Amino acid sequence: MADLRVKFCGIESPNPFWLASGPPTNTGGQVMRAFDAGWGGAVWKTIGEPIQNTSSRYGAIDLNGVRMMGLNNIELISDRPIETNLREIAEVKKRYPKNLVIASLMVESKREVWHDIVRRAEDSGADALELNFGCPHGMSERGMGAAVGQVPEYTEMITAWAKEAAKTPVISKLTPNVTDVTRIAMAAQRGGADAVSLINTINSLMGVDLETFAPRPNVAGKSSHGGYCGPAVKPIALHLVSSVAKAVKIPIVGIGGIGNWIDAAEHISLGASTVQVCTAAMHYGFRIVEDMIDGLSAYMDDHGYCTTVDFRGRAVPNVMDWGDLDLNYKIIAKIDQKLCIGCQLCYVACEDGAHQCIERAPVNGNGNASAHRNGSGKLNPAGMDVHVPRIIEDECVGCNLCALVCPVDGCITMHQIEDGLAPMSWKQKTGGATGTCAPTAS
Amino acid sequence: MALRETAPKLTDEQYEQNFADITPPLNARQAAVEAARCLYCFDAPCTMACPTHIDVPAFIKKISTGNPRGSARVILEANILGQSCGRVCPTEVLCEGACVMLEKGAKAIEIGRLQRYAVDYVLDRDIRLFRAGTANGKSVACIGGGPASLACAAELAQLGYRVTIFDRNELPGGLSTYGIAAYKTRAKEALREVEMVRGLGVELRQKTEIGRDTSFAELQQKFDAVFIGLGLGETEDLSLPGEELGGVCGAIEFIEATKVEKFADVQVGRRVACIGAGNTAIDVVTAARRLGAETVHLIYRRGEREMSAFRYEYELAKLDGVTFHWFAQPTRVIGEGGKVTALECVRTRAEGGRDGRRAKVSAIPGSEFRIEVDQVVRAIGQKPVTEILKQVKGIEVRADGTVAVDARHRTGNPKCFAGGDCANGGKEVVDAVAEGKAAARAIDSGLGAPRAKTEI
Repeated sequence: MADLRVKFCGIESPNPFWLASGPPTNTGGQVMRAFDAGWGGAVWKTIGEPIQNTSSRYGAIDLNGVRMMGLNNIELISDRPIETNLREIAEVKKRYPKNLVIASLMVESKREVWHDIVRRAEDSGADALELNFGCPHGMSERGMGAAVGQVPEYTEMITAWAKEAAKTPVISKLTPNVTDVTRIAMAAQRGGADAVSLINTINSLMGVDLETFAPRPNVAGKSSHGGYCGPAVKPIALHLVSSVAKAVKIPIVGIGGIGNWIDAAEHISLGASTVQVCTAAMHYGFRIVEDMIDGLSAYMDDHGYCTTVDFRGRAVPNVMDWGDLDLNYKIIAKIDQKLCIGCQLCYVACEDGAHQCIERAPVNGNGNASAHRNGSGKLNPAGMDVHVPRIIEDECVGCNLCALVCPVDGCITMHQIEDGLAPMSWKQKTGGATGTCAPTAS
Repeated sequence: MALRETAPKLTDEQYEQNFADITPPLNARQAAVEAARCLYCFDAPCTMACPTHIDVPAFIKKISTGNPRGSARVILEANILGQSCGRVCPTEVLCEGACVMLEKGAKAIEIGRLQRYAVDYVLDRDIRLFRAGTANGKSVACIGGGPASLACAAELAQLGYRVTIFDRNELPGGLSTYGIAAYKTRAKEALREVEMVRGLGVELRQKTEIGRDTSFAELQQKFDAVFIGLGLGETEDLSLPGEELGGVCGAIEFIEATKVEKFADVQVGRRVACIGAGNTAIDVVTAARRLGAETVHLIYRRGEREMSAFRYEYELAKLDGVTFHWFAQPTRVIGEGGKVTALECVRTRAEGGRDGRRAKVSAIPGSEFRIEVDQVVRAIGQKPVTEILKQVKGIEVRADGTVAVDARHRTGNPKCFAGGDCANGGKEVVDAVAEGKAAARAIDSGLGAPRAKTEI
């Protein structure tokens, strides 16, 4: 039976699932309900001088009727007094000593102010501190949040200020709205951070009402850029987590697009020690953690992993420079005739969007039949055969597009072609010459 | 038509409930959800399966992007009667029967309902999508006011022809108006569609019968081309003793009554027998039950497997509580005081096994039985109405009464074209539309060619 407990910077979390700092961790009542549901830890909604929020605050994009593929917000940090938040943290810790409460902090960029908030948070009983250097909207206009996290020197300096006062682990939370997140991560490490967490939300504008030209989320007909999150951002998060995993030695907390145990396991495999979730909990409530725990345990049992350490970071070495990839590795697509339903999306995708390696199913004169069958020999209720397209194997470049657009699981699969050639990368082919991407001034 | 005993009258609300849309319309949200399920196939099988080849993925995509007007345009460009077809097409064996979702083990996309959603959107708002083409000085007469003529006329009007439809009925629309089960569509819906065609400048001459109010020769003389879009005529007779009794009627007139009269005014017996097992027979028995008939019998000389009604039509009749008498045929109608009191039937057997609609059927001597009924409805096919065309030079009327046409819907007379039931012997509305439209194209290419010009 898998043991989901995680040792993190000297403290123990019952499992790797934490709620991220955000609306779900706004109050003690919410956090206690979350712990009852099974969450291992919760990063409290960022504590600082109380702010005033706008109405509305959230915007989302849907995809083909599926709600909230992406969510954004222009909500700021906690709008409740610092004392209220700290008092509730103390209360939660008293009742839930085994669950982790991490205080997210954001105050003006003054050494003594940071010292003060760090001490007060620790006095309330918080297990660790997360420095919010990521908030991309509102707070950054006041010189906080992303305004700090976008400048390596500020990140290092303020991390160091917090560390001067802190007795508990300090996690610097990073913004993805930078050119190279590893520079910021290394700066946090230099500042003494015990860990980094990423990603915070991504700068975004959710859309425009084409009748009123009011951007979303709408605040009296106007809007402002906000932080983007949800399922749509996972690939960006995975990339940045893996980059940071290669760049720093301190533990990483993975955040971004995590809605189930698979998302979480992917983050862990790319180097995350624990993960944080916000949008999925905002969408479906705290109950989602039950399957996260259940699914991750089952996965680990199936693979013989006793703890998450057994597979943590296992995918990191497989993330390489493009120049290190094997150019002699060849795959081509195969269509399972029996599974094909005849939508021909693979045909049109390859023909218009890729490399013209799929032949469409022939149609006879009256358009009412085809030369191809799906092998069942059965006609559909309209008396037609299934139109199965054909891969032109000699032309197929193995790009995956047909398999990606195919609506039937397992119908189009990619198969390796043995060409007898030894693996060879671009770097090997060009004798290690990497060239330069930067334009040269002349 | 006097009946010995009529079905008990229902309240207006009950009638409306009984004849409510069997497939209710989708609201905007439902349409968006259903449209989102569509895979947007390439070379889509649904489009191929549609006789009018509506670009189904294109119109569904437009619904999902919130462009119902564009969606309706895609539908109506291919099929001007897209609204009727959305409601009455046997989609289960056409577009929806070809849906790849079925191969996937999922429910087919509800193409018919989505089509209705899009077309209703423009009809409800009086959005005009098409207009008459620039007049080209040519004129075409369409005989018959049903789907074939309407489709032919709409196509030609957009190409600049002056089109006149000659129809013997009081209301236009032919079968769309008079002949479709009321729970699928109402006459007023079909008439909305007719108005769209009229809006293209097509002239509709109702209550005008060829051979009575005008002659075929006159049309040939006055118009550059003639399209014969006639439907089928009265129901075939049973040729049985007692058929003249009050309470024996044809399926067509029975259905027609449900379409143009108040439901309460439709003559329906307390106990009804319907002879035949095609889709029209199903329309009769379901309508009879919904009008309040207590027991409704369907009598067919072959078996369940041989019935020509679509499976889901049969299911509908079963759900309506109809009693089926397989392998039975009527021998005489029995009456009292000139009114039907019973139907005498005899058991039959199919020779050479019970499979196939072609097997010879014979009565089993001594197996007669009686069904007590107040009304007998014949639903054994319709008579052709092409007798008058036999006199027209060049037009061939086949033995079965259909007008012979080539693949482009030309008759042997260079000025005359034909499509729809009178040419195909009786198929779906969508087939009539496809044929009417194809004939319009043939008329246009003929009239545009130098040869045609010299002939005119």
